[in-house]
Amino acid sequence: MSQDDHGHHKETFITKYIFSIDHKMISKQYLITGIIMGIIGIAMSMLFRLQLAWPEEPFKIMEILLGDRMAPGGVLDADSYLALVTIHGTIMVFFVLTAGLSGTFSNLLIPLQIGARDMASGFLNMVSYWLFFVSSIIMVISLFVEAGPASAGWTIYPPLSVLPQAIPGSGMGMTLWLVSMAIFIASSLLGSLNYIVTVINLRTKGMSMTRLPLTIWTFFVTAIIGVVSFPVLFSAALLLIMDRSFGTSFYLSDIFINGEVLHYQGGSPVLFEHLFWFLGHPEVYIVLLPALGITSEVIATNSRKPIFGYRAMIASILAIAFLSCIVWGHHMFISGMNPFLGSVFTFTTLLIAIPSAVKAFNYITTLWKGNLQFNPAMLFSIGLVSTFVSGGLTGIILGDSTLDINVHDTMFVVAHFHLVMGVTAVYGFLAGVYHWFPKMFGRMMSKKLGYLHFWITAVGAYGVFYPMHFTGLAGLPRRYYNNTSFPIFDDLTDINVIITIFAIITGLGQFIFLYNFFNSIFNGEKAPQNPWRSNTLEWTTPVEHIHGNWPGDIPEVHRWSYDYSKPGHDDDFVPQNVPMKDGEVELHH
Amino acid sequence: MTVFLYIVVALLIAISLWQLSKVVKIYKASKADTDVANNQDNKQQGGLMLVYLIFLFVFTFYGFYAWNEVLLGTPASAHGPNYDLLMNVSWAIIFPVFFLVQFLLHFFAYKYQGKAGNKALYYSDNMKLEMVWTVIPVIVLTGLILFGLFSWNDIMSYDFEGEEEPMVVELYAQQFNWTARYAGHDNTLGEANVRLIDYDAVNTLGLDTSDKNYADDVITKELHLPVGKRVHFKIRSQDVLHSAYMPHFRAQMNCVPGMVTEFSFIPTMTTAEMRKDEKIVAKVKRINEIRVENSKKLVAKGEEALEPYEFDYLLLCNKICGKSHYNMQMKIVVDTPEDYATWMKTQQKAKDIITVAGN
Repeated sequence: MSQDDHGHHKETFITKYIFSIDHKMISKQYLITGIIMGIIGIAMSMLFRLQLAWPEEPFKIMEILLGDRMAPGGVLDADSYLALVTIHGTIMVFFVLTAGLSGTFSNLLIPLQIGARDMASGFLNMVSYWLFFVSSIIMVISLFVEAGPASAGWTIYPPLSVLPQAIPGSGMGMTLWLVSMAIFIASSLLGSLNYIVTVINLRTKGMSMTRLPLTIWTFFVTAIIGVVSFPVLFSAALLLIMDRSFGTSFYLSDIFINGEVLHYQGGSPVLFEHLFWFLGHPEVYIVLLPALGITSEVIATNSRKPIFGYRAMIASILAIAFLSCIVWGHHMFISGMNPFLGSVFTFTTLLIAIPSAVKAFNYITTLWKGNLQFNPAMLFSIGLVSTFVSGGLTGIILGDSTLDINVHDTMFVVAHFHLVMGVTAVYGFLAGVYHWFPKMFGRMMSKKLGYLHFWITAVGAYGVFYPMHFTGLAGLPRRYYNNTSFPIFDDLTDINVIITIFAIITGLGQFIFLYNFFNSIFNGEKAPQNPWRSNTLEWTTPVEHIHGNWPGDIPEVHRWSYDYSKPGHDDDFVPQNVPMKDGEVELHH
Repeated sequence: MTVFLYIVVALLIAISLWQLSKVVKIYKASKADTDVANNQDNKQQGGLMLVYLIFLFVFTFYGFYAWNEVLLGTPASAHGPNYDLLMNVSWAIIFPVFFLVQFLLHFFAYKYQGKAGNKALYYSDNMKLEMVWTVIPVIVLTGLILFGLFSWNDIMSYDFEGEEEPMVVELYAQQFNWTARYAGHDNTLGEANVRLIDYDAVNTLGLDTSDKNYADDVITKELHLPVGKRVHFKIRSQDVLHSAYMPHFRAQMNCVPGMVTEFSFIPTMTTAEMRKDEKIVAKVKRINEIRVENSKKLVAKGEEALEPYEFDYLLLCNKICGKSHYNMQMKIVVDTPEDYATWMKTQQKAKDIITVAGN
């Protein structure tokens, strides 16, 4: 299509804002949906944290938000506690950090940074968003089902997730969960295929794979992992649906509940665990890699330095992607599978520490002798490296099958994965929002509020998750409604109170972000074309969004995206579309 | 009426935020500031990086100081000390790396805070440096992996060659309680299947009464173990996944309906000995102080005071299993062999509990 078609496209309100096929609009739709789901997910965690710190105390806020059914008299009930934990996990992992994060930034940046007019298929892209939207709506609706939403944990292990006799959430709530996730997976696959095809086919002239910004590398590899692993979750869910509704026995066998023997014979829940974690572990990296990609871009730009070890970074991304697909068994060391498998998975799991260490050190070396510009995005990126390291290090303990025996499924695990993938990915998400807000909305977010937001979050997040390691090492299992049923855990209540207070502060701190975000859309300072003086191609497009991205020809690329402070240039940045000077060499080749 | 109040409050907050945004706007206009970081911001935020580094380190040390005492304490099984050693070795690797990396990260952030006119070093690759932080983790992890694998094989092998025959005990999980079944004199558990459960015949574990081995099996609601004797658990579940978690023994295994899972360890400290353990004495004392405080509040509300706490080993459920997951527990008592034998004599045999048709 020639560029002229784009400028004169006739647009109605509906085709522009709702059923848009423009990647920039779709990216905004993903972002807003992701933020709304994030508010729901985080609010849930605040509520169950209240219960954990002050068990069975009545809270007015519970009654207001959850109503009489889930919190009679303002006291969260035990089934509803499990429901909140389950939906919090599901929403945060899939809806916020998978679709919200990848959906927003892959859509925004892939075409803009590789120099394409749009995604390979704008229509599929639109379908992908709307499937995500529908699945979000279904997930939210499931909260209002009579018997409560899915409550078997976000990992929905059968038989608990199959039997409404075992937990009421496994009735209609679980059905809606599965329907929602099936649609979600379809959405994710359409999106991923689109990203892969776009990166492979639509790069502008001169944009070789080794000149791609690391953001694109991570989005690209993430999409590949998604295409490899999400279908496995889909089939797992399909078999689960068969067991639930059509009497098959893929996962169930020999069950006696409520005074009767069920017909199931010959299946095994361990099979489900394998299938689930075959997605579930790569999922961690589906969440994490885009955040790391965003960080690479933000740290380089704001350090005014090339990212250190560009090729090693790509190698690490590929190594992590490969390894992530062969480590799922470390979630199952004590599931009853053959202990020999435990040995294998320990080996592959601990190997992941190597590319991860390379990435962390490369970020730090990028800071070294830089000229650091502390824009809010930069603060969140540095915060990301910090939590990635703090959380990643305890992976050495959990990935070791022997040590996992005693900390498996305790609060130690909760502390570990919240730091290494939860907080880290959220930081990446926020860094991305602060950094590309001017590109998305043509206005700036307030930096002062950004600073305040960061410091509250940084202190709060560590305050929440660092103490949690101790409750885990003290033997406190996760998903416990309270710890008062065991006198031996009585001395953990003080720590739980500290965690909850930090959680509430952090949670309230996010309102600063919400205010800053929504206010800046309308009242923010008008953004200049390239506010962060960045090299990547998205900043060569006009501030006002146009269909097709560039008014004239797509710029040609002459260099990698990290020529910051390159000797021989007056400015401390050289955009990718600036031709090489006579005798100038591309250093990283 | 309260709803109206909430709406008013929300409105007031919205208005004040709106006003605040105007103030910020006017303030910014008067300072001719933009929303891109300037020298002053860099200085301020760079300084805060250093403050944050101090916060991280102080908070981390505070945690050690204040919360070290809540940890599990002395391991009570034969493989426990080795487990704790591996754990401590891991921490010994983790902490220096944690402190080093956090220091470098935040210190560099402070030190290289930007100034207009400064130029960063154009430095994009150093093969040697990258080899350093690839090879060092490789070596360290190889050591950890090997240590871990040896321990794992040691704990998870069930062939017990050259050892005295272990005592076989079944752990039976159901929503929301545990049952133990001892194999009896023949040390062989009778066959069982949940399809054979018959509450009228008091056959709650589904024992197969046509299998003679069942007769001397002993069914209990408390798990007693003789000290120094290897116990080989055969673990079953009748409904959903559970997990048999015995933290003081560094032991855990999932309970999977439809299959029998296994775990084995040798208890090395009796309950009485553990109650005299220094760390446990301190922990119990602390917990009882907390319970006294809590009791005062309960009594003030007209409820009963809490009973004083005495240490016992525990079996907890550690896999989400439903509403009362948080309270699915069984007491474990490690006895001297003599006490164990005495206790065992008082327990009922399966053949005396279950009514077999025709008898």
